[in-house]
Amino acid sequence: MWVTIPFGAMALLLIPLAIGTDAVLLERIGPGLYWVIVMLFGVLVSVGRASVETGAQRDASSLLGLDPAAGYVGRSISAAGLLIVFELVVGAVAVVLYGFDLIGIPWLAATLIIVAAGLGLLGSLAASLVGSGSAGSALVPLLVAPLSIPLLLGATQAYEGLRLGDSILPWMLLMAAVVLVAAIAGVLTARPLQES
Amino acid sequence: MIAATVIELRDIGVTAGSTPILRGVDLSVGGGEIVGLFGANGAGKTTLLRVIATLLRPADGRGTVLGADLSGDERYEVRHRIGMIGHIPGLYPELTLGENLRFAARVAGIPSDQVEESLQAVGLLGAIDRQAGASSHGMQRRAEFARELMIERDLLLLDEPHAALDQDAVELVNGLVGKIAANGGAAILVSHDRDRVTAVADRSVELVDGSLR
Repeated sequence: MWVTIPFGAMALLLIPLAIGTDAVLLERIGPGLYWVIVMLFGVLVSVGRASVETGAQRDASSLLGLDPAAGYVGRSISAAGLLIVFELVVGAVAVVLYGFDLIGIPWLAATLIIVAAGLGLLGSLAASLVGSGSAGSALVPLLVAPLSIPLLLGATQAYEGLRLGDSILPWMLLMAAVVLVAAIAGVLTARPLQES
Repeated sequence: MIAATVIELRDIGVTAGSTPILRGVDLSVGGGEIVGLFGANGAGKTTLLRVIATLLRPADGRGTVLGADLSGDERYEVRHRIGMIGHIPGLYPELTLGENLRFAARVAGIPSDQVEESLQAVGLLGAIDRQAGASSHGMQRRAEFARELMIERDLLLLDEPHAALDQDAVELVNGLVGKIAANGGAAILVSHDRDRVTAVADRSVELVDGSLR
């Protein structure tokens, strides 16, 4: 996490250096770039959090009577909490560098939370699917990145909608649907995946 | 209430991909019994413990543990009565030893004041605030035994129970195992140290290439 934040912020800093200091262009593409960075680095945060529990710890928790579904939800919430911190820190850098308009703050806050929840749930689900081995950890980003595309689209379009004064409800619903599907899939598969 | 037969396995088989790990395992362990389980590396000892702990569903065969069918959902109801300590510690390294036990107590619905009592019993009260990851392997194992003392299991599965422990801790482990057996429960001790285990166990079995002898 504390390694990922500087890299995420650095990526935002390097892009203007690469494409030039065209303020209008940066303002236009900035939100999309911000969410791409949140997705890519956020997957690392999420996977790191989800893979932190070893088989011995999972076994010990199960024998205490802890439901694997509760463990999945707990890991996802933990990852989402870290992702919100990541989003806020990198977001502050993006506001300074790209000159974002902080409009519709309640909606922006809701977007940050939904994206963090979605990435946390998807990362935990993918980590459960592929196990905690090193080969598995390498596969997780490949699984999570395509599944998080609706979150990327929804978050970018929601900000664009706020900026232009359009309705953002469809995009919020799209992101909420991803969160719901990931949560249901994770809860239903937690036990069989643990015993496989 | 502990059943007269704590473990009953019939023709249990486990495979990993196409490789058989356990084949045709039959095992019956009664209440009050302590069983030593021996076998070479890779013989399937840890896999058998995980099957008995209801953590791994066997591909073949049938069986019951503490009266619960290994293939049925009732196995989830008996899990909290089964303790297992593997050769890799199952503590959370970022938490202190005390926090690890408090977490266990909370999940198991045990009053947290028993944490200090259990750590005291294994001689770790002075290390209650020490991070598990910064504790020695022996201390982590003691802390796991403290957890099992606190929860009062009916079936205890120990993988190399005497490894990395000094003589005091070995006696503590033997005492814990003896207490569970005296209360009508059972214990299985997996080890390469035959002398220490046979001194405690009522009988021993050996796994050879996934089959019990």
